[in-house]
Amino acid sequence: MRAFFPLRLLAVLLGAISCLIVPAGSWASSWPGSCPGSWVISPARAESRPASVSPSPEKALRWASDGEANVPYVFHDPEDTTRLEGFEYDMVQEIARRLGRPSRFVQNDWDGLIPGLQRGMYDMVVDGIEMTPDHLQAALFSRPYYVTGDRIVVRRDRQDLNTLAALRGHVVGTIKETLAERLLQRETHVTVRSYEEETYAFSDLRNGRLDALLLDEPIALYYAGVTDDLVIVGDPVGQTRYGIAFRQDNTALHDAVDRVLGAMMQDGTMQDILGRWNLWTPAMARMTGDHTERHVAPVQWLRYQDAMRSQTGWTGRLRRYVGFLPIIAKAAGLTLVVSALAMVIAVALGLVLALGRHYGPRLVRDLSGLYIEIVRGTPLLIQILFIFYGLPGLGIRLSPFFAGVLALGLNYAAYEAENYRAGLSSVPRGQMEAAIALNMTHAQAVRLVIVPQAFRTVLPVMTNDFIALLKDSSLVSVITLTELTKTYIRLSSTYYDYIGTGLLIGAAYLLLGLPFVRFARHVERRLGQSLMRSGHH
Amino acid sequence: MSLRVKRGELISIIGPSGCGKSTFLRCLNFLEIPDSGSIRMGDVEIDKKSEQGWNRAQERRAHRLRAQVGMVFQSFNLFPHRTVLDNVIMAPRAVKKTPPSQSEPLARSLLAKVGLEGLAARFPATLSGGQQQRAAIARALAMKPAVMLYDEPTSALDPELAEEVLQVMRRLDEEGMTQIVVTHDMRFARAASDRVLYVEGGRIVESGAPEALFASPADQRTRRFLRTLL
Repeated sequence: MRAFFPLRLLAVLLGAISCLIVPAGSWASSWPGSCPGSWVISPARAESRPASVSPSPEKALRWASDGEANVPYVFHDPEDTTRLEGFEYDMVQEIARRLGRPSRFVQNDWDGLIPGLQRGMYDMVVDGIEMTPDHLQAALFSRPYYVTGDRIVVRRDRQDLNTLAALRGHVVGTIKETLAERLLQRETHVTVRSYEEETYAFSDLRNGRLDALLLDEPIALYYAGVTDDLVIVGDPVGQTRYGIAFRQDNTALHDAVDRVLGAMMQDGTMQDILGRWNLWTPAMARMTGDHTERHVAPVQWLRYQDAMRSQTGWTGRLRRYVGFLPIIAKAAGLTLVVSALAMVIAVALGLVLALGRHYGPRLVRDLSGLYIEIVRGTPLLIQILFIFYGLPGLGIRLSPFFAGVLALGLNYAAYEAENYRAGLSSVPRGQMEAAIALNMTHAQAVRLVIVPQAFRTVLPVMTNDFIALLKDSSLVSVITLTELTKTYIRLSSTYYDYIGTGLLIGAAYLLLGLPFVRFARHVERRLGQSLMRSGHH
Repeated sequence: MSLRVKRGELISIIGPSGCGKSTFLRCLNFLEIPDSGSIRMGDVEIDKKSEQGWNRAQERRAHRLRAQVGMVFQSFNLFPHRTVLDNVIMAPRAVKKTPPSQSEPLARSLLAKVGLEGLAARFPATLSGGQQQRAAIARALAMKPAVMLYDEPTSALDPELAEEVLQVMRRLDEEGMTQIVVTHDMRFARAASDRVLYVEGGRIVESGAPEALFASPADQRTRRFLRTLL
């Protein structure tokens, strides 16, 4: 559904790596980025956390979904993007209420949802996951809570493309690994384009890159239903069911949730929730056996329609952007904190590495060199994913925040080490000789004479590195940290507005970096002056 | 090369470029590690036989030996990131753990001695070459050495600035400091030394009282070298 294309590749690669590290375990599936044995929680760890297996009244029900552009499942309220809503969101609130547990939402990328579940980051996943045989092998599923078919969406001028047969000879978009994709792949002479994010699929349909879309009905309704240029045509095609995913061993929670779902379907609560979202269908009545007519007003659907329509036009847009500012400010704060802490690690470790490589005994020199070459020779994105998803396989679990800070810090330490090494080499040999002749030890000479002088020459480079770090921190968005880049993805996909939001977020990065750019210039100027002065003698 | 230096002597080492006089001087405080030979200063003796490597015990002895030896370089090698005063204070404080209450008055008196009392707060880059070299002498003296080594102390200086430095060295000589000077300044070598060594090809060709060596060199090579300078 979402996540970028290269990310999926990386996830697969990482899965492959951890296959090598972790002995083969119990679950195999076609889940992206998974493989037999990956993301397995070791038995010792599973035993040490029995509390998460059985529901207890005081413990929060932690559930995960990908709340980015996941309309109408779980998504950020367009009128207040700090608030979550969606029919699945409402359903989980009701489940938690009936279980007597507070609910806690955990945001995760689609690709990371099941790995995160296996890692124990949360207790269940609710994200329109289809109960296909592959998925049923990957996790334990509840009874289906929603049944739906696929719908064809076209531009207003191509309403003739209203059956699967009519799509032959055309380019059709859909979402990866869905019923729709499988249906299209069975058709001959249809060119299929599979998307991670439905927003991209819709914009390609508008741009004319696609002739039609085949999507789960709720998505089709909530995207095509709020614009004038796209329409839903023809009858529903195929049928698929959504279920809640649990860890295989978490039968206690599975059974409890199943009981609650059954009760909600019987007493009409399910119809109430879905009705508010305009998603109660004859198929749902058949599945639940709830044939009552409760006449629920589709209030959420109307509210969403209004919100999307009111946000068009100049004033609407401007009001929306002003509303973004507190969110962007908060995200900028996180970006700055992550970058600053990472820089502290980079500076300290970088100095140790540089000294080790410059002055250490042979073994230390070689090890420092090896570290620097490995870290500089591999992509930062791999390192971040490895630390967050890979290390738990070796028994080291870090929160997204610390994993992000650590990954960036360890990475930049290698660059700082090279920077410092150049700085150390730039100090004339006579300085060390003078210090030794004054009977200082080697260590005293390095500390009092060499490092302070090297520091002056590396300071401008260090400042520039910090600015680069500020920008590279965008990569930690892949491990669920809602910093600036993640905020961009979230806001732009909620409103299909990649230009305005992009300019705002870009401006935020610029503003964050500006003081440091000025500082670097200032230091460079001062250094230039003092070098000129000392060149006079 | 074999050399015995008496307490309070001022010895000048002269010779053509590349003759090994600087290397010899730098071996005296183990800035360079001699291939072989031995050095004794007071109660410290380091015997370097050609077959054995440089080890930790020898490094410790070199450390003890350096405690008695100060060195002044051709290019001053002051620490540019510290003030003149801090340059003088740094080593006593770091090496001998001298408290500031003692190290600072000591540094100020040494700076006064080399004529820099007004410049203590300045950074080295703002001083003239002669001032920098005098600061370097004060810095070396702060460690209270028994012997001072000078590696071409005035080669980088204009004659009138060189004179400031040479004056300081003469005054130290009067106070009884033992000094070994590698120099190209023949006037200084002739006027101020107790003894002059002529070195060529890594060997002491001739040594003696300056008047004798300059006026009537015994060796032909010394004669030739002195003639090229005139």
